[in-house]
Amino acid sequence: MIKKFFTRGYIFLVLAFIYIPIFILVIYSFNSGKTIGAWEMFSFKWYGKLGEIGDVVLNTVLLAVISAVIATILGTLGAIGIYYSKGKLGKAVNGISQVPVVNSEVVTACALVMLFMIAGLAHRTLFGLYVGHIVITAPFVMLSVMPKLKQMDSSLYEAALDLGATPTQALFKVVLPEILPGIFTGFMLAITLSLDDYIVTATLAPLGYDTISTAVYKAIALTTDKASEQVPIYRALTTIIFILTVAVVVFINVRANRIAKKRAEAGL
Amino acid sequence: MKPEEKVIKKEPFIREYKPRKLKFTFSRQQLCIPYALFLIMFVIFPLLLVVYYAFTGSDGSFTFNNFAEFFTDTTKISTLLISILVALLVTVICLLIAYPVAYILSKMKQSTAFVLLLLFITPMWINFVLRAMAMKELLSLIGIPLGSFANIIGLTYDFLPFMIMPIYSTLIKMDKSLEEAAADLGANKFQVFKDVTLPMSMPGIISGAMMVFLPVMSCYVITDTFSGSTGFSVIGKLIAWSFLGENGTLTNVNGGATIALVMLVIMFLTMLLTGGFKNNNNARGTNL
Repeated sequence: MIKKFFTRGYIFLVLAFIYIPIFILVIYSFNSGKTIGAWEMFSFKWYGKLGEIGDVVLNTVLLAVISAVIATILGTLGAIGIYYSKGKLGKAVNGISQVPVVNSEVVTACALVMLFMIAGLAHRTLFGLYVGHIVITAPFVMLSVMPKLKQMDSSLYEAALDLGATPTQALFKVVLPEILPGIFTGFMLAITLSLDDYIVTATLAPLGYDTISTAVYKAIALTTDKASEQVPIYRALTTIIFILTVAVVVFINVRANRIAKKRAEAGL
Repeated sequence: MKPEEKVIKKEPFIREYKPRKLKFTFSRQQLCIPYALFLIMFVIFPLLLVVYYAFTGSDGSFTFNNFAEFFTDTTKISTLLISILVALLVTVICLLIAYPVAYILSKMKQSTAFVLLLLFITPMWINFVLRAMAMKELLSLIGIPLGSFANIIGLTYDFLPFMIMPIYSTLIKMDKSLEEAAADLGANKFQVFKDVTLPMSMPGIISGAMMVFLPVMSCYVITDTFSGSTGFSVIGKLIAWSFLGENGTLTNVNGGATIALVMLVIMFLTMLLTGGFKNNNNARGTNL
């Protein structure tokens, strides 16, 4: 009993450490004043000003979605290719995939700057920014798809061929549906990593092109910057992101529960 | 009877099938060509450039001067050493907080543990700079001044979730009967933990530590946010700014490449020492 009290209490304390800063931000996003700790009046003022950072949000979302789609296609093709090439080549590509995963983002980003410099290109371009984001996300897609390929019954593909499917049909109608959960996980992971990135964006994005990460950094770290005026708007944005995240998590959870219940009822 | 036997010996099916199979495996392998080319062009080649620039002077001649400059510059060397110390400290703090969480969750009923786990990882979907902002505002609210202490809190806050997941997933995969066997053979609770559970969860601890130690050294956003007037930042900032300059112009590419190479060596040594090359498959979120 005492043990249970302590373990529950500990979990609660750590959760408090994680959530209190977020809750304070959420509460003060409804404050008409600018400073945290000085409550003035309940208002939606900062939510009304969200339009001011609309371009920043749009930049972030476009960058995340487009680079994640490309990374997912590249990474999935890479995983299938590596899985079926048993020799040294597959191992080599697999090994290279680990490099951006373990390497510091700052080294990855600066190395890309050198590449663009040597190629005679400008080092801050949208093209470079997208390449940078695909470099840091595609290997994660590959790593998410690979376990699904390994779990797949390899005779399925051969059975499809024996039954008269062309290799392309077999790939799209047999292999692809089997590894789809891995592709989805990889895609979500790519989006998360891209949304969360600061260093690659700060190093490669064209000057004046801001994502949420770089804009908030300017607002909180360089407090002299004009951007610090926008801190309360970012509180409102955090609140919206937090509510969206919770909604998605709850939705996925409830759906998973419902599917599990249906299966239990069907006696599966 | 004889003609029939001859037909069976020919085995026409296999003869037809073999060349087909070879051809198809080849075409499936080719699918990784775009991915492989992309990685060679944008990962391997740029890293070779880092090595090249680290060993050349601004006129393009081979030299060790960049390293001599770096290792005799006391501010740069102290930034490197403090970065390593801070990264170690934050890794240890995260481990001390996260291990009990993962351990308690792994002992709970699975449905409860799953909900709690979701609670722990949900904030990871909020942008980490926004989370740093939240922690900064909390610190100013309760009156903790910016500086080294605030830095450690900020770093711990941002990296803690990355430590919980990998440890939890190794603990949950562990064969529970091993702990019971140890207890049956007379080990007390502490011995069971020290001699069975802890060694078995080592892969999780290592991949968790990888998720914290190296990124802390590289990610200067958080130290910039929490340092205040101390002005401390980690080695990552030195790399980014030593050749990018404050307004984004290239200033000292060779110097930046040198520090980047030092970082690469540190990364390689860490991986080698911890055996991280073997189990980095579950790094970051791939095991979610």
